[in-house]
Amino acid sequence: MSFSFADVDSVRKGLSDVQYLADEGIAGVVYLAERLQKPVLVEGPAGTGKTQLAKSVAEATGARLIRLQCYEGLDESKALYEWNYKKQLLRIQAERQGEDPEGDGMWQQIEDDLFSEEFLLTRPLLEAIRAAEPVVLLIDEVDRVEIETEALLLEILSDYQVSIPELGTVAASQIPLVFLTSNNTRELSEALKRRCLFLHIDYPDLDREKEIVLAKVPGVGESLADQVARIVRSVRQIELKKAPSVSETLDWARTLVLLGVEHIDADTAAETVNILLKYRSDIEKALKEFASSDEDFAAPVAAS
Amino acid sequence: MKVEPATSPLLALLAGFISELRAAGLPVSLTENLDAMEAIQHIPIEDRDAFKYALAATLVKNHAHWRAFETVFEVYFSLRGAEYDLIDGEWPEGMDLSDFVDGLDGQQRRQGGGGGEAMSAEQLAEMLFQALMRGDDALMRAIARQAVQRYAGMEPGRPVGGTYYLYRTLRNLDLDGVLERLMDQARQDAPGDLTPLEERLERDEFEARVDQLRKEVEAEIRRRLVADRGVEAMAKTLRKPLPEDVDFMHASREEMMALRRAIYPLTRKLAVRLARKRRHGRKGPLDFRNTMRHSLSYGGVPAEPKFRYPRPAKPEIMVVADVSGSVAAFARFTLHLVYAISNQFSKVRSFVFIDGLDEVTSFFEGVDDIGEAVHRVNAEADVVWVDGHSDYGHAFEVFWERYGKDVGPKTTVMILGDARNNYHASQAWILKEIEHRARKVFWLNPEPGAYWDTGDSIVSEYGVHCDGVFEVRNLRQLEGFVENLV
Repeated sequence: MSFSFADVDSVRKGLSDVQYLADEGIAGVVYLAERLQKPVLVEGPAGTGKTQLAKSVAEATGARLIRLQCYEGLDESKALYEWNYKKQLLRIQAERQGEDPEGDGMWQQIEDDLFSEEFLLTRPLLEAIRAAEPVVLLIDEVDRVEIETEALLLEILSDYQVSIPELGTVAASQIPLVFLTSNNTRELSEALKRRCLFLHIDYPDLDREKEIVLAKVPGVGESLADQVARIVRSVRQIELKKAPSVSETLDWARTLVLLGVEHIDADTAAETVNILLKYRSDIEKALKEFASSDEDFAAPVAAS
Repeated sequence: MKVEPATSPLLALLAGFISELRAAGLPVSLTENLDAMEAIQHIPIEDRDAFKYALAATLVKNHAHWRAFETVFEVYFSLRGAEYDLIDGEWPEGMDLSDFVDGLDGQQRRQGGGGGEAMSAEQLAEMLFQALMRGDDALMRAIARQAVQRYAGMEPGRPVGGTYYLYRTLRNLDLDGVLERLMDQARQDAPGDLTPLEERLERDEFEARVDQLRKEVEAEIRRRLVADRGVEAMAKTLRKPLPEDVDFMHASREEMMALRRAIYPLTRKLAVRLARKRRHGRKGPLDFRNTMRHSLSYGGVPAEPKFRYPRPAKPEIMVVADVSGSVAAFARFTLHLVYAISNQFSKVRSFVFIDGLDEVTSFFEGVDDIGEAVHRVNAEADVVWVDGHSDYGHAFEVFWERYGKDVGPKTTVMILGDARNNYHASQAWILKEIEHRARKVFWLNPEPGAYWDTGDSIVSEYGVHCDGVFEVRNLRQLEGFVENLV
């Protein structure tokens, strides 16, 4: 078995070549996932690049990305496979018109035909298993499905196979790299967690965020990126309903570049803060917070 | 992959590590244990970070447990890796210190890169200042080491906790003073006056660095303690409850912060779960009339049973909370949780008391930031009548007099408090009256069950008039209770 990554550093390099800046933890877990052939459960606040990680890994390894978006009410026929009912009907009718099947043997043959791969509609999970080329399977927002539906994933996650009653077990010809993302709106089942490697992606630290801004926003200057990252870090320290995510940081930086801002002062920040924060109460709080620092520290300035 | 029997010291160490994780409350299963052993075979052990993340990915499946993991990891593996060796009185080799001491006067300038003992306290302070100013991690680590060695006064075998040493070291470093000095320096270096925004950013930056230093100091103390006392003993003393198990009444400031952070995701999860439960709730009882009507189309055979559409009644909630000293935190969390899921109730009213009682419902109306509202409750509610010591009897009297008429058959009354009445009259008859009128009366007590009815606690005197008295000491218990309430 050949691996796409020789060591942890090469994961990092590979990802940074496709503009995804991984920290030590992310790179380490991706590396292990490939070595141990285990799925990765990625958890963390919204907009920290969980989905992007899967996409970037696919891009870096040159694998095909197969994506299963989870939602409430997702079932087998949408996730695994479905029999092509209409085509099956047509097949039966065609048989009837051709010749009148008298004997039982004829019927047996039709039945075998009906449940052959020809009439199987593959859905993302089965497709990932059956693919001949390397595949990255992304199961997005797995916390949205009901806890009962989670069980559907267990067989594929632990054994990389799908059992179809009429056909038997379809085992993977190659082991796909699987990423599950979760926004943590509910506790996932123990069974699911046990089968996965766990990766928590938090907001990046100052330096990494700055690098991300530099890498992703064309035309941004070094000093502006630095300022953006620092302001965002300070904003995240305030208790907010929704702290700014990385994607919002990037949007903000792009806006500032478009506006031709080179140095962020209080007014610019106040005018554009609605890109960073999405709740009225959060915006008010942040503005208040930054304005009030004035009063707090005015005294020492005067004294010195 | 075959795992060799525990011949290697590493595997033995890992076994100890995992049993310590379990002792700290992390649910580590056997498969996860095996995964960890397999994982570390793919990672060069010299790479301490990669090693740490490999263990974390296989063993820790809940981010709230990360801190506990980190602590245990540090204790077990802190002495491994060359850069973490204990060095007494020596600066790491190859570190050129001369440019750091330029700020000192010539006489005090040290000769070469020798031992730190030769350095005076002022020099150390100056270097600390420089290190923080430049954000130099390696130097900060070295200084942390020096400071611990110099100030903590650690003696082998002394049965003192790490916090004591930490306190001694930090007191001598005077980090608050250093922070102010850093800010002054920043103000001087700036071309013009700093705007409030810039001030704030500078301060956050320096605070982050100071925090980093504090962590280094803490880690250094831990390393030394581990070397002194051994791994198991140290892990045991450092064992801390997980956030959901932290006792409300005895939470430290740091734990309180963790709790506050934990409560928001928890309420969100609870709300999602409850909404889902309501939507996918089981069918109601058999609707006999409807079934009969449909049976006509099957010739009188009730082949298709019809069920009543479930309409679970939304209860009306009245929260009556003691907000005096020790139980205030508990009241805060409960109010927070109840209001976060207030759409599950037809109406929520809240009252707070110490020895007087005040309605605080209005603070929560039309506010989307519950934390802010809870904060206002603490600051603005008029709850003191005489002396500001809990008086349940009088509080209940006021409640009965002013709001007693609003308690009806749909109302669920939740009383929060430890029932420590300071030997005042209990006025338990009021609770009896309330119980008659209300649908349910629940008492939530943040004290451990063993302390009930000791001293001035009169839980059972009130308890006989309640439909249930519950011990709610931590978030886990609180969540469980609130979920059952709906």
